[in-house]
Amino acid sequence: MSAPAVSSGLRTGLSDGLAVMSRNLLKLKHQPGQIVATFAFPLVSVILFGYVFGSAIPIPGGGNYREYLMPGLFVMGTVFGVMGSLTVIAKDNGLGVMDRFRSMPMARSAVPFGQTAADLLVAAGSLVIMAACGLLFGWRAHNGVGATLGAFGLLLLLQYAVSWVGVFLGALAKNEETAARIGPLIFPVTMISNIFVPTDGMPAVLQAIADWNPVSAATVALRQLFGNPGLPTGDLAWPLAHPVLATAGWSLLLLAIFVPLSVRRFRTAGL
Amino acid sequence: MGTDTGDAIVVAEGIRKRFGETQALAGLDLTVPAGTVYGLLGPNGAGKSTAVRVFATLTRPDEGRATVAGFDVVRESREVRRRIGLAGQHAALDEQLTGRENLRIFGRLFHLGGARARRRADELLERFDLAFAADRLVRTYSGGMRRRLDLISSLIVSPTVLFLDEPTTGLDPRSRNEIWDTVRGLVADGTTVLLTTQYLDEADQLAQHIAVIDTGTVIASGTPDQLKATIGGRIDVVVDDVAGLDEAARALAVLAGTGAEPDVDPVNRRVSAPVGADTLALPDVVRHLDHAGVKAVDVGIRRPTLDEVFLTLTGKPAETSESTEPGRETAR
Ligand SMILES: Nc1ncnc2c1ncn2[C@@H]1O[C@H](COP(=O)(O)OP(=O)(O)O)[C@@H](O)[C@H]1O
Ligand SMILES: [Mg+2]
Repeated sequence: MSAPAVSSGLRTGLSDGLAVMSRNLLKLKHQPGQIVATFAFPLVSVILFGYVFGSAIPIPGGGNYREYLMPGLFVMGTVFGVMGSLTVIAKDNGLGVMDRFRSMPMARSAVPFGQTAADLLVAAGSLVIMAACGLLFGWRAHNGVGATLGAFGLLLLLQYAVSWVGVFLGALAKNEETAARIGPLIFPVTMISNIFVPTDGMPAVLQAIADWNPVSAATVALRQLFGNPGLPTGDLAWPLAHPVLATAGWSLLLLAIFVPLSVRRFRTAGL
Repeated sequence: MGTDTGDAIVVAEGIRKRFGETQALAGLDLTVPAGTVYGLLGPNGAGKSTAVRVFATLTRPDEGRATVAGFDVVRESREVRRRIGLAGQHAALDEQLTGRENLRIFGRLFHLGGARARRRADELLERFDLAFAADRLVRTYSGGMRRRLDLISSLIVSPTVLFLDEPTTGLDPRSRNEIWDTVRGLVADGTTVLLTTQYLDEADQLAQHIAVIDTGTVIASGTPDQLKATIGGRIDVVVDDVAGLDEAARALAVLAGTGAEPDVDPVNRRVSAPVGADTLALPDVVRHLDHAGVKAVDVGIRRPTLDEVFLTLTGKPAETSESTEPGRETAR
């Protein structure tokens, strides 16, 4: 039988990317546990952080702690998205699926593009669930439809960037075990930030790190766009003074670094 | 490009590949005729996988040249990829998808289009007896079923050349036989198969040509018969009484005809002699011994083990004796 015809590059790449994407989404269908976890994470975190810690933490300028907390939880859920692509790619690497893909006439960049596209769709779904949980516990977006959509758009941009970081780390990790060891490093990234507590109580060095952590900028950006309490005041680090711009900037910077790195990695790994 | 006239379909010329300190391939030369099963036989670390990865465009050689179906694996890798199938050492499947879904996705990535990918998946599952498990998650498959699904995943577009890297390592004998049958069926369809193995037995069962490879070079090649003739096997005879040992040794010396003195082991009442393994059939041996009045309680013709092949070919034992016994199962 004759080999299948080569279609033009872009169309092939697109259809390959879609195939990789649907492969990832299909997997969810068989993992009800995963879907339950997607639901459970926001619920559990709102209850845990909102009610357990919330009773003890004062908010600058006063206000409802759960309203203060929700923007941070949105960002945390987004940043944890790095685990998804990291694990999937590393697992495929370990099982030799990547080698099979790379021995096929498909576009090699279809794997990272398809993976990150699937991640983005899943993330959009969990944002909706997260928002529903928030509304249930008294969180509100106060600044109208435009600002609210802007906030979610910013989150998805950050999520897309983070997902590319995960793809690259997954390609480096080579197998699931290594990925499982890299994963927990994400915790300090989310903790050393202003998600749970204002940064001005931290030791100077830690505060500097927290202030420049993209997670902090994103959290402040959401507080601003949603009109939630706890906006930092006084002499602010640049990212916190321009949080929307900083978040978009951080995201674009990550994309500019990790998209080319990942694509190159998938083209040439093992050569 | 020539694919069907008995020309060489995979050619390697002086391929070298180094990983840090390790010279994985040290000038590999290989010529695989179209329409055959070609066995690449060697112990762990010999460079078999590296060779396959070079042919499958996964690894770029440092030096040398390789073509598959007439296309250069480096400069024309895309053309090569459209004509090959690869089943590696591990089952490269998505465990969280069903067998059918795995095949469909691969079909789409081979650009078959949704409907054709679906039809092809069903066809393959039916033909290779996996239809019964088509809608089960691969996670629930046995090792043998995974390997079989992995193998048929590489058949989606009926490849001109199929590369199988140790397709049966770690499988139980029954699963191994199923894989062997599948491979035989493929060659009947005209696919050229290049398979690597640590088992002489497997190469013998499947391959028309064998290349023995060690430390990255081919140290012997030929048909299984040619190879075995150079290496030979052994006849073992156990007699019922120590008194019969000398007589058995004399009879064996005549049978073997190699002029070599048979080894006599009085403790186990065993006599053994090297022979050109393909020259004798067991009934002939038994008849001959009977004729000579030897009272044998056990007679066996032993194929040479890979260790013996190595001992003969290189004068040194294979380095990893752990995994080089023919037919032995190794854990993954
Ligand atoms: N990616 C790699 N990095 C470092 N060393 C490698 C790599 N691939 C193979 N090797 C080394 O090259 C040699 C040949 O390996 P391989 O081709 O896998 O042998 P085989 O498949 O015959 O067991 C081994 O010593 C192995 O350790
Ligand atoms: Mg190998």
